[in-house]
Amino acid sequence: MKRHLLSAADLTRSDAELILETAEELRSLADRPIKKLPALRGRTIVNLFFEDSTRTRISFEAAAKRLSADVINFSAKGSSVSKGESLKDTALTLEAMGADAVVIRHWASGAPHLLANSGWVRSSVVNAGDGTHEHPTQALLDAFTLKRHLGSLDGRRVVIVGDVLHSRVARSNSLLLQTLGAEVTLVAPPTLLPVGVDGWGVERSYDIDSVLPKADAVMMLRVQRERMNLKGGGFFPSAREYSRRYGMDARRMSVLQDHTVVMHPGPMIRGMEISADVADSDRSVIVEQVTNGVAVRMAVLYLLLSGNESELGRTTSAATDATSAEAAAGGDA
Amino acid sequence: MSTSYLVRNARVLGGAPTDLLLRDGVVAAVGSDLAADGAEVVDADGLVALPGLVDLHTHLREPGREDAETVETGTRAAAMGGFTAVHAMANTDPVADTAGVVEQVWRLGREAGHCDVFPVGAVTVGLLGERLAELGAMADSAARVRVFSDDGKCVSDAVLMRRALEYVKAFDGVVAQHAQDPRLTEEAQMNEGELSGRLGLRGWPAVAEEAIIARDCLLAAHVESRLHVCHVSTAGSVEIVRWAKSKGWNVTAEVCPHHLLLTDALAATYDPIYKVNPPLRAAADVEALRTGLADGTIDAVATDHAPHPHEDKDCEWQAAAFGMLGLETALSIVQETMVDTGLVDWAGVAQRMSYRPAQIGRLADHGRPVAQGEPANVVLYDPAVSRVIDATETASLSRNTPYAGRTLPGQVVATFLRGRPTVLDGKLT
Repeated sequence: MKRHLLSAADLTRSDAELILETAEELRSLADRPIKKLPALRGRTIVNLFFEDSTRTRISFEAAAKRLSADVINFSAKGSSVSKGESLKDTALTLEAMGADAVVIRHWASGAPHLLANSGWVRSSVVNAGDGTHEHPTQALLDAFTLKRHLGSLDGRRVVIVGDVLHSRVARSNSLLLQTLGAEVTLVAPPTLLPVGVDGWGVERSYDIDSVLPKADAVMMLRVQRERMNLKGGGFFPSAREYSRRYGMDARRMSVLQDHTVVMHPGPMIRGMEISADVADSDRSVIVEQVTNGVAVRMAVLYLLLSGNESELGRTTSAATDATSAEAAAGGDA
Repeated sequence: MSTSYLVRNARVLGGAPTDLLLRDGVVAAVGSDLAADGAEVVDADGLVALPGLVDLHTHLREPGREDAETVETGTRAAAMGGFTAVHAMANTDPVADTAGVVEQVWRLGREAGHCDVFPVGAVTVGLLGERLAELGAMADSAARVRVFSDDGKCVSDAVLMRRALEYVKAFDGVVAQHAQDPRLTEEAQMNEGELSGRLGLRGWPAVAEEAIIARDCLLAAHVESRLHVCHVSTAGSVEIVRWAKSKGWNVTAEVCPHHLLLTDALAATYDPIYKVNPPLRAAADVEALRTGLADGTIDAVATDHAPHPHEDKDCEWQAAAFGMLGLETALSIVQETMVDTGLVDWAGVAQRMSYRPAQIGRLADHGRPVAQGEPANVVLYDPAVSRVIDATETASLSRNTPYAGRTLPGQVVATFLRGRPTVLDGKLT
């Protein structure tokens, strides 16, 4: 595996499978009374968030803490280009504090890439979502969730519906799911598909109803209304029309195969891209995605910071004792 | 310092070696074995002599952004690149939209003395695209402005563009349009194509440039005026200009060195050193630009030299400034992309980097042949050497060259401005 996780394209199939297998081991922790391993004790992980994202930040925070790492949350808010400390100075500050890994969420596509390649920091960099580029750990947790329900992803059909143009989740999933052998179909109104999407190796469709019957999984994307406020630049005529043509509702759910699951990276807008009936149905794995997110992020942090899985095997079995001892000694949990 | 120079064995436009005597600001004699006669001898064995280069598109940043470039440092960079005349773009602060500002820039150029500075006047007040600036006052000023441009911004309003084209006819001016439909390029970051989609950087479609060029060609034809198209960057733009010329319309165009060499694939580095307006385009566009420059569809090479302080490039792509340095590397890039590829010879380089830009800018004493009796604006260039570009060694105040670490062919050995060396032995005098 590479030293950083910047794009789902950084992962070979064996890298991705190693992460998912490691996550499977770590997920069992969630069911234990003491959810903590000493694996990254003494290591420092910084959550560097230039954009609001409570759920991703707390997911990474929980992952790091369950591995006993020290966590620093650095929220450099202000999405304006002109104000605030530069990324460089923030990075140099973190470097001076001795961060072992930086988890970065940024409004600018490529910011994690810049951080990893600029020489400003020596730590590993994990992309927690950059602009409209990628969100590789979301794709990993989606793949993890899919595998738990579908087994191997080879030949499985995953349909991703919604605002692909602005979605980092769609980009990372398109890459990773194909790496893992799945067939990906992107469904959106033509205005919400990027130019050149035919070069991504995916199928694309403007018609959700034609692709649903064969789907093994349907991933609904949030329609990011805040990115559509360019004057006169409406990507579709109205929320109601969008919902009618591309929303997942009970009628559309009824044509799915029995085993087909419905996913959403959250936060969802009920009634817009997904109806409440669907979100709360048995097919919905949306809440499970959140749980799995912590396990997958633990696996990523663990593998980037401390190496190989055999070592993990030992720490997992020793976990109960070690963490009990630490808890007794007043650990930082 | 000697006032006359005898240049020995220079290959004028790449031809047979000959001597050039530069005296009293003119080429006093051309021939073999000229007598030194008190002149300082410059050995030009193996060097190509070209007329002093003329840049139609330079950002000198003064007044307003003296942290990026000044007239002094920018013209030093120009001299190092073989230029004897540059057109200083109007997007300064204050904007060069009055006779006062253009005269100030013109005067700063005269005081610096490294190359002649011809200010470009803004088309509209404050580059705001709302009403015409006092074009006539700038034309009548000491700076004698003939080129007008809102460069950096497009005169997107069709009526305003029509009026500008009409108005400049009174003093044989030209409107140099930065062709960029503002609505199609809101927050655009890089060439729109498969890569922009992958990288999540907002796309800058070719049509945003081409639609404006097509409209402006039609307007220029309608009002029988003169249009110059700045920095064409797409294959479609070349096609439209070719079509306009085939109609006999008075349309000229320029291309930047970086668009002749670099492609949008560099955006995948997310290194904003490659962020420029118009953006780097696809390989097929680069090919079409070279062809268009070779066949005369594109008249001139213009640098769009755009200095920026380090901090404006040492940041996220989206937050970074558009633009790259160009003056000191332009001739090398043209050698690599046009001469070494066999597309044009040195006479062709003189045409595209000196004669034509001087004609477009209506400069009388630049863009003249290297011949007896002509102004002694001459570059001596060694095409046989190669050099590795070091961003820390620029004569420009800024360092935002996209060629750092690259090996480029050729080196300017000497630049003469009216017979006086501004560069000698590859160094500023």
